[in-house]
Formats: sequence, C-alpha cells, structure tokens
Amino acid sequence: MRRMIFKSLVHGPLTEAAPAADAAALAELAAQVNAAARRRLGRTLSIREVDAGSCNGCELEIHALNNVLYDLERFGMRFVASPRHADVLLVTGPVTINMREALERTYQATPHPKWVVAVGDCGRDGGVFAGSYACVGGVSAVLPVDLHIAGCPPAPLALLKGLLALLENAERGAGAAV
Amino acid sequence: MKTLRELIDEGQTIAAHRPWPRALVGEEAWLQAIGLLQEQTCTLLGLWGDNATVHLALLDEARKEPALLSYECEDDSYPSVGRLHAPAIRLERALRDLSGLDPEGLPDTRAWLDHGKWPVLRPLGKTERVAATRKRKPYPLLSAEGESLHQIPVGPVHAGIIEPGHFRFTASGETVVRLEERLGYVHKGTESLLAGQAPERAAMLAGRVSGDSTVAYALAFARALEAALGAEVPARAVWLRALMAELERLANHFGDIGAICNDAAFAMLHAHCGLLREQVLRAAAACFGHRLMMDCIVPGGVRADLPGDARRRLADLVAQVRKYFPELIELYDNTASLQDRTVGTGVLSAKLARQFGCGGYVGRASGRAFDARRMPGYAPYDRLQFELPLREEGDVDARVWIRIREVEQSLALVEQILLALPDGPVARPLPAANAAEGVALIEGFRGDILAWVRTGADGRIARCHLRDPSWFQWPVLEAAIEGNIVADFPLCNKSFNCSYSGHDL
Repeated sequence: MRRMIFKSLVHGPLTEAAPAADAAALAELAAQVNAAARRRLGRTLSIREVDAGSCNGCELEIHALNNVLYDLERFGMRFVASPRHADVLLVTGPVTINMREALERTYQATPHPKWVVAVGDCGRDGGVFAGSYACVGGVSAVLPVDLHIAGCPPAPLALLKGLLALLENAERGAGAAV
Repeated sequence: MKTLRELIDEGQTIAAHRPWPRALVGEEAWLQAIGLLQEQTCTLLGLWGDNATVHLALLDEARKEPALLSYECEDDSYPSVGRLHAPAIRLERALRDLSGLDPEGLPDTRAWLDHGKWPVLRPLGKTERVAATRKRKPYPLLSAEGESLHQIPVGPVHAGIIEPGHFRFTASGETVVRLEERLGYVHKGTESLLAGQAPERAAMLAGRVSGDSTVAYALAFARALEAALGAEVPARAVWLRALMAELERLANHFGDIGAICNDAAFAMLHAHCGLLREQVLRAAAACFGHRLMMDCIVPGGVRADLPGDARRRLADLVAQVRKYFPELIELYDNTASLQDRTVGTGVLSAKLARQFGCGGYVGRASGRAFDARRMPGYAPYDRLQFELPLREEGDVDARVWIRIREVEQSLALVEQILLALPDGPVARPLPAANAAEGVALIEGFRGDILAWVRTGADGRIARCHLRDPSWFQWPVLEAAIEGNIVADFPLCNKSFNCSYSGHDL
C-alpha cells in the first residue's frame, strides 16, 4: 500500500481538464437562479440524487462523476446523503407511480433555495417508458424542473457540463427558484 | 418420482416452442413438478403468467435439461408453487399482481409489485381501470417480537446514489434480528409495454430493464426471439456479442469490487477500481459507440461492426488491466482492516444458495457451480476456454474473490475472442413473421437472465417475460444479514448488488 500511495504522490493527478459549461443548459437556466440564492450558496452545490424509476443506467454514469478522471468535488459540487443537506435534486427515471410520493417528499424535505435537475431521456418525458400505466412520465410532471440533461444515459461529461452551467448561473445571479 | 423429461413427454407438447421443450400439463403433473423443485432435482428458472396460463421454467441440472411446463388456469387459479418451494413465493405474488391469476395455497398473500397506486388492476391479465385516489391499506410488515427490539426503516430513497427500495430492520442493539425487504418502487410496467411492439423497439425496452446489464438483457431477448423465429445470426455477430458481454462483466465487477471496499471505508481501492471501470467504458464507447453498449445488440445480429482500431484498443485495455489489477488484488488481500470487515460477514449458506438456485457470484461464492454460459450453454462459449471460479465460504470476502477471479477469466475471454473473431456480416434480417415461442438463458454479470418471447403472426411481440437473477438473490440477502451488525448491511448489500429495476421490471 505504501508503494501505491507513494506512486500517487509523485505522479500528477489523473483528473482531466474541466469541460466548458453547456451552452444549451445555460440558456435553459438563464432566468432561474437569483442573487439571493447565490449569496447563500457561495460557490458550492450539494446534490441529492433521487432515482425515481431509472433502469440504473443514469446512476452508473452519475457515479462516474466521482471517479478520479471527472472528480466532481473540485468544482465545489458534492453528493450528500440527505435532501435536508441538498441544494440540488438530481432526479432520474420516468417517475414510476410507486416512487412519486417518495420523490415529492424528498423535494419537500429539501430547503430553499433549491433546483431540480432531470437527468436522462426518461427524466425528460418518460423515454421508452412513456405511456406505461406504472409511470408518470417525466420529472416535470411532478416537480418544477430547472434543467434537463438529455442522454440515455447522459455520459459523465454531459452531466458535468450541465451541472457546471447550473453553478455558473448561480454565480452570475439571475432568475429565481426561491 | 417422474423426471422432468417424463413430465414433458406425458404432457401436451407445444411444437412452436424453441429451443427447450414446453408442454401443457394437468394438475397431477404440475404437482409432481413442484415435488421436483422441493426435493431439488430441478432448479426454478422462472414462473410467470400469460393470459390464463402459468408457465414454469425448470432446469434438471443433473441431466442438463431445461424445460417449460404450462398450466391452464380454470377460474383464474392454479396450485401454488411457493406453498412447497419458497423461492417461488415472490414470483407468485408478482404474477398475481400483474396477471390476476391466483396461486392457491400461497403462504404470503400480500401484494408485491402493486403498491395500490396504479390506475389499473392486473395490467397483464383482465385489466380493470380503478380510481387513482382509492383508499389504500397499509402494507403489513412481518413482525419480530422480543425484549428491547427496535426497528430501523430505510428507504425507498437511500443515502447513496443507488436504486430505491425499502428495508425494515429489526435490531437487538446493533445486531440484526430480521430484515424485511419491500420492493416494487421502480416497477415501470415493462412487460405491458413490450406487448405489441416490433422487435427493434422491444429490444430497446429489454435493454433498459437493468441498465448495468443492458448487454446481457439485449442478448437474452435477441436469442429468445431468434430461437422463436428460427433466425440465423452471422458468426461474427455471435462473437461480437460475447465480446460486449465480457466487457460488461469487467466494468461491473470493477465497479462492485471498488464499491464493496468503499462500504468498508477503504476508499483507495474504490478510486483505483473506478479508474479501471472508466477505462473499460471508454474502450466500449470507442469500439461499440456507447459506454454501456446500450442498443448495440439487435435481433438478428449487432448494430455495427468494430471500427478499424478496435482490436488494438481492446488489446491495450487488457494489457493495462493485467499490469494494474494484480497490485490491487494484493492490496485487498493484505489489508487487515479491510479483511476484518469482509471475512465472515454476511454468510449465505450453501444450502440456501442451492435451494434458491442463486446465480452469479452470489451462488458461486456459496458453492453453487452454475453458469449459464456452460449450462445450458450458448455460442460462442462452447469454443472458448474459461474456468468457473468457486468458493465455499459464502461471505462478503468470497463474493469479492469470485469477482476478482471472474475479471481474470473475462480478460482471457476477451483475448480469445479477439484472436478467433470470424469475418463476415454482423447482422441478418429476421425471417418472415410467424406465431412462435422462444426462450433463452444468458449469463449476465449478476447471474442468469431468463428471456421468454411469444411472437404473433404479425411479427410483433405478443408476450415477453424477462426474469432477473435478483429474484433468487434478494430473498437470501434477508437470511445472510441475520446476526450481523446493522453497520455491515451496506457491505453485505453491495456484495450481493441485486438489481432493483431488473426485479421490479
């Protein structure tokens, strides 16, 4: 173990350069993050991930954001264990009817100011599961969504770009979700 | 006692079912089949409803014969399998929720997937619309009584980035006395959506039953459909499918090994394994066009051939992992604080693993030497050399070691496939539509996935059933955690890594 730790000390970090914030995401967010929110958040975002019926594909790629190559925490963003600690709900899945109440209660437990990011094609409109008796179909049918990140599942880089756009917007200070 | 073969021969054989036999049987033969399960001559592979018929998929392991027995319900009921064979209980609860067929004598009559919130009843059977606002009875959890017991409810929204499900722990101090799972939160009605779809669209749905096993599911669905239609798949596609399946296994095993160590607070291995996983996914994206290889397997073949530099790219990947991984294994093996958490934790007995027919690393860590690539077996694995790692301990450590050994096997398989990959086309159009039935059993990273397909004369899917390996792993997790401390549950749970979405469907 000592040899491995020493190696990681002398080698440079494996983490890759940050991507630019996603332009489309910036446009979607343009009017949603206000100055008051910015003052309260500083440069950090705490993210609570909620699987509302995903196939687990999105979760795998969200997990990847924490690996050494993407290293989400360098941007001041981190995943938290409780919605009570969260600024952002990162919601995946077509929102199954059996998860709807849990999702709503998670949202209610999240303090203001807060944002909702719908992840994946299912999160947008139910994706391939749209029209099922067991799915509501899209996060925006249940919660006010501030940003959509498309993909099935979106690659970590797409997720990163979307979240960076959210952070940049919070810094610029526009709009309101309070 | 009659054998499975004899029961099939005496039943009314369905000619359009491939490649295993299927026979319609009466009550007596049905009860005898349950007897075969009970005395463990046969392993339960699946149990599902199809209009007013119940299908029971069995495997006679000693004779290497899989088969389906079907029972036609009168008055929408049939003799319960779960009454005498516990592994069928949850399948029957789900079957009743979805198809409305009543398993007579089922010991647990609570609904399973239906939480009383859907706008319909019996979505796969005699469907009836109901008011969404109807009164719901609370779900009665099983009790545990004794002095100073307390309960800990967990979920459905969990603390990590994982799928939703509810766990109710009853603990005495730190020790778990009883764990009860409640699942069904991510039920998406996939089987209802599958009915009536064209093969391409149905394959996309099958590939989204459990995202981590998208290759295995797409393969299971494609093989079942191809068996039904008698489709010939080009040799190159058969080998490319296996290549994808082994890459998927590698990526998931790296993710799991790291995540198990992380749940024992050993973040260093998590970081290193995360890097390996990412390298596999990037190689997959470069070679197949999608990191998880979603929609890359299509009925009739694969979507696209490899790009020109794929062989070099994959050979590099194998070389890199071979260089890097042994150091990580050594670290796992030599870190006392980590071993202290994994060795002897969450023991699953060989008896339970055998009774439930646990597939994948869960079964193989508890002495059950089963792998669908071997039995019933499918191409091209009959022409590939690989070992079946086996452990007897049944603890978290054994499940980690099975994964480590399987990584080594999959690396060797990728190399063999690259060497022997035949030339030629990668897809062929499906034969003309006809009403037929097909079945396939595929070894995903988690265990064996069963796919059953019935096509209509219009070429569309009339009924498709997909059974995740987790159906036979979730129940035994409840047993494995008993007597362990609550703080070891994440570790045990991760070492099982059952699928919620695959199970809830």
